[in-house]
Amino acid sequence: MEILQQILFLASIAVSVALFSKKIKQIRRNIFLGQPEVINDHYAERWKNVLLLAFGQKKMFKNPTVAFLHLFVYLGFIIINIEIFEIIIDGITGSHRIFAPYIPALYPLLINSFEFLAASVIIVCLIFLIRRNILPVLRFKSNELKGWPSKDANLILLIEIILMSLFLSMNAADSILQQANQEPYSLHKTGPFLISSYVSVIFSGWPIHALILLERICWWLHILGIFIFLNYLPWSKHLHILLAFPNAFYARLTPQGKLHNMPSVQQEVLYSFQPELAPAQTDSTSHLKFGAKDIQDLSWKNILDAYTCTECGRCSSACPANQTGKLLSPRKIMMNTRDRAEEIGNNINKNGSFKDDSKSLLFDYINEEELRACTTCNACVEACPVSINPLDIIIQLRRYLVMEQSSAPSEWTAMFTNVENNFAPWKFSPDDRINWTKE
Amino acid sequence: MKIPVMADEKAQGRDPELLFWVGCAGSFDQRAQKITKAFATILDKVGINYAILGSEEMCTGDPVRRAGNEFMFQMMAYQNINLLNQYQVKKIVTACPHCFNTLKNEYPELGGHYEVIHHTELLQTLLDQGKIIIKDSGPFKGKKITYHDSCYLGRSNNIYEAPRSVLEALDAELVEMKRCKKNGLCCGAGGAQMFKEEEKGNERVNLERSKEAIQTNASIIASACPFCNTMMTDGIKLNEKETDIEVMDIAELIAKSI
Repeated sequence: MEILQQILFLASIAVSVALFSKKIKQIRRNIFLGQPEVINDHYAERWKNVLLLAFGQKKMFKNPTVAFLHLFVYLGFIIINIEIFEIIIDGITGSHRIFAPYIPALYPLLINSFEFLAASVIIVCLIFLIRRNILPVLRFKSNELKGWPSKDANLILLIEIILMSLFLSMNAADSILQQANQEPYSLHKTGPFLISSYVSVIFSGWPIHALILLERICWWLHILGIFIFLNYLPWSKHLHILLAFPNAFYARLTPQGKLHNMPSVQQEVLYSFQPELAPAQTDSTSHLKFGAKDIQDLSWKNILDAYTCTECGRCSSACPANQTGKLLSPRKIMMNTRDRAEEIGNNINKNGSFKDDSKSLLFDYINEEELRACTTCNACVEACPVSINPLDIIIQLRRYLVMEQSSAPSEWTAMFTNVENNFAPWKFSPDDRINWTKE
Repeated sequence: MKIPVMADEKAQGRDPELLFWVGCAGSFDQRAQKITKAFATILDKVGINYAILGSEEMCTGDPVRRAGNEFMFQMMAYQNINLLNQYQVKKIVTACPHCFNTLKNEYPELGGHYEVIHHTELLQTLLDQGKIIIKDSGPFKGKKITYHDSCYLGRSNNIYEAPRSVLEALDAELVEMKRCKKNGLCCGAGGAQMFKEEEKGNERVNLERSKEAIQTNASIIASACPFCNTMMTDGIKLNEKETDIEVMDIAELIAKSI
């Protein structure tokens, strides 16, 4: 019986790790469908961002209440992993609480702190469920969250509540069995724990075999639940728990107001002013594409941004266009980018390489009206706790619209003409520039 | 007041140490021209050796670049950088945060390397150095002023304190809007929105922002950007508050207080 459990356990680890790494490889491939952008400078500053923004969750603390609640779930996630480490060793070797005899004084303290965190996670997840579904928080009511995204969010919270409840029930059954001198539980007398001792009241009258069964079921469901949750991550907005770290590392360090240069255009303009610099023979067959229409035109960092997005909506609730009822929502831009990257990824999985599906991120997912409402104010960039830059994508799509499609509102077309002919966005003669000095 | 123009100065063998980049709004927009004049008055009074480019100045390319027209941006950048380099310009001051951002952050990789400062930064320095002295009983003493952060000065370039410290020198009562500094709400003009109608929605961005300014009960909204100034002025008018609240650039507030 024992050995069967060990075999089953090893098999379930193998399956979950294999599935998880397969999906992660696909996501990695999807991210690198984007254009190469070399980001390998200022390492000190980048690590500082990882510490402050990802580990330290600095930007979450703009709203301290929510930040503290989120912190409990986050600490729960990180610290309870130590306990999972023990559970995995127990599962493989068939031992029970393998760490307990080595650190007899520390062990109960550790488990007590895990239990405190587990209880906090349950309470906070309940609060978050209420907040998300009942309280009037506008950013949780947006159109782009209808359907799967809001189910995803609730599912994450529910899974966390279930996992933590299983953990506490397992410990509760364990400590009753310890007191009843039932082996192997009684081998390591840890005494009752901080939170599960209250849970054990529910099970106190149960017969021994039922308690053993309960402990085993909870132990198995808890660890299987974790394996399932691990494999759920890549399909969910919850992937931010992993990608927030690399995304903070690769976050842009230049002033927010600076747009990416387009060296290809810079060169064309240089040649038009100084034709003598232009190479004698130009390859007329190669057409440079300006701006971005689809995933492959964006930088890989834009796609990493999209996979990192946890759809919290802080960007959209800071966006002046979104707040005044325009169609633009920076969160939707990120969700669309991820959805389209997944669609292209699935296309590649199916066909071996990308087979044209006559769709694109621009037009099929994001339309002109959304893009044109952006004031480039950087409020979305500033608001994002995990270093995402929706504006960078918006600008690249705008570039495609204007330079590849000549698609711009008529007022903009007039403005372009003015800049070209009069060197000002308004129709004034350059000579009138000094009129103010004459009055 | 005579405004020195770079071409004339150079022709006469003079070498202005500071270029005042006026910008399109500052040159052509009637309201913004007043800001330009106020700032030029201050430069003149302090005795700074400056010049403008006059009719040789061109749009920096900020609005076309943000609209997506990179070609037009590069054309403007090429011509401006050529001119600035030809005049061996080293230091530029501008009263427009959009010009400021483009000159400071976007021209260097195209070959234009200058020390670029915003007029609020220069005003702060001049106040700190005692070169500008505010009158004891200035017209804004004790008045309630709220400062509207320009996105291209604030979030884009992390300049939050210079405009505020200049305002503090006026001995006025500075009140903040609910959303300020890093969380400041845009006036609605950036990203080339200034040059087109807004997309359809429930409200205009400038109306939303001016409502927030009105809630502070300030009698003056201080701006540091000619586009914010236009947007806030229109917003105040739409709210029918133009008799109670005035939108003024920081340069104008200082010019009237010295």
